[in-house]
Amino acid sequence: MKAPTRNRRPGFSRRAQYGLFLSYVIAVTGIFVGLGLIVVSHVDPQGFGTLRAAALDLTTPVTSLGRGIVRGAGAAVDGVTAYIDAASRNTTLERELEADRRELVRARILALENERLRKMLHLVENRPRSVAVARIVGSTGVSSRRLATLDAGMAQGVRPGQPVRAPEGLVGRVVDAGMIASRVLLISDNASVVPVRMARGGMPALAAGRGDGSIEIRPLGAGGNPFERGNIVLTSGTGGLYPPDVPVAVVLRKEGDVSIAWPLADPSRLDFALVEPPFAGPPAVPATPSPKPSAKH
Amino acid sequence: MSIPRSSAPADRAIEARARLVPVVSTLAGSAAALLPIVALSPSWPPFGLLMLLGWRLMRPEMWAAWVGLPLGLADDLLTGQTLGTGMVTWTACLLLVDLVEVRLLWRDYWQEWLLAAIAIALAILGAWAIASWTGGATPAALVWPQIVTSVLCFPLIGRLCALLDRWRLAIGKIRAPD
Repeated sequence: MKAPTRNRRPGFSRRAQYGLFLSYVIAVTGIFVGLGLIVVSHVDPQGFGTLRAAALDLTTPVTSLGRGIVRGAGAAVDGVTAYIDAASRNTTLERELEADRRELVRARILALENERLRKMLHLVENRPRSVAVARIVGSTGVSSRRLATLDAGMAQGVRPGQPVRAPEGLVGRVVDAGMIASRVLLISDNASVVPVRMARGGMPALAAGRGDGSIEIRPLGAGGNPFERGNIVLTSGTGGLYPPDVPVAVVLRKEGDVSIAWPLADPSRLDFALVEPPFAGPPAVPATPSPKPSAKH
Repeated sequence: MSIPRSSAPADRAIEARARLVPVVSTLAGSAAALLPIVALSPSWPPFGLLMLLGWRLMRPEMWAAWVGLPLGLADDLLTGQTLGTGMVTWTACLLLVDLVEVRLLWRDYWQEWLLAAIAIALAILGAWAIASWTGGATPAALVWPQIVTSVLCFPLIGRLCALLDRWRLAIGKIRAPD
């Protein structure tokens, strides 16, 4: 095949030559404008929030609809598989139910005792009420950032900076909020840092995302890394953004000074997430301006 | 934009279709990011970029290099990347293809694929560099699978562009096959 460039060659026509030249001038100028936009985004991450939020509002209904279809298809497959080994599952589940009932009674007794002890200590706890309950409808599979889309926005009271959690554990925090949709920075994103502690012993640590779905646990104490395989990590509430005692991740393995953990709330399986107000008001502005002030808490 | 000379009188509907189909199909490629899948790593090929390269390599006379600016901006808004990422990387890809193309006398399937592969790899690495500068991105090792799947997807996208091209120009119906 002949290289099909002949149509682009302007020949002797001045008009065609100028037209081609002008198109290159526009393209190169546009690249510089784009680089300018990137610099602005680096300096002020919320700068184009309105524009991004408007695009999010326009596109989320499409994703929400599709998510319903995908979930419907998944549920149909699950329904068929459930019939295949119904009898053996039934016996297993009954046995589990029996055991769970005993555990439930024990938990109720503990809850009562806990309440009584709290009253004795006059411990006042102002747990914030949740802002909105929303569905996670999608994420950015193309971009190398880990962001998920939530189908609740400003209209439901969602604002950038609010923590998002699921019944299973912490999901992340809101970064862009449109009128009916918002974007959530997942805890597995590289820009996300969550102050945590070990469920057993309360050893403080920082949980930083690694961008591939896992989380790195960096212990804050001196001497050794106490985080072993199977340990559960909870938020510590330090910094006032994330509420304390929300499960974050389970440790998979130790790599020298850090441990690699996997989030308990797997975003690809979540359907509902809870948006909460920041635990102790908006975070204080640090002395040195950083691109993501709230990520440093 | 020039439409290849036809043997039949130009129909207005077909003219509009001939102009709109490439743009709409590229936008649809970008909108593939809206599919309701929550991904743990960047595994999804950038279909918008693949469509753009597919059209550009098949019909060099159709678009000027600046078409990467509006289409890239739309891609940024649809996929939620840092604004400007698509504008810069897509336009740079088109300029690169222009630069290479004037130096080639002959072109075949494999050259086209190689050219597209280089452009895709540069665009994805550029987007990755921008993402890591403006916030945080995945480790570089996780970008390679995306590049490989995108390069392997490109011939399919090229076939799709060719199918759409025949439909949009109504080749074989009112125009002689070229």
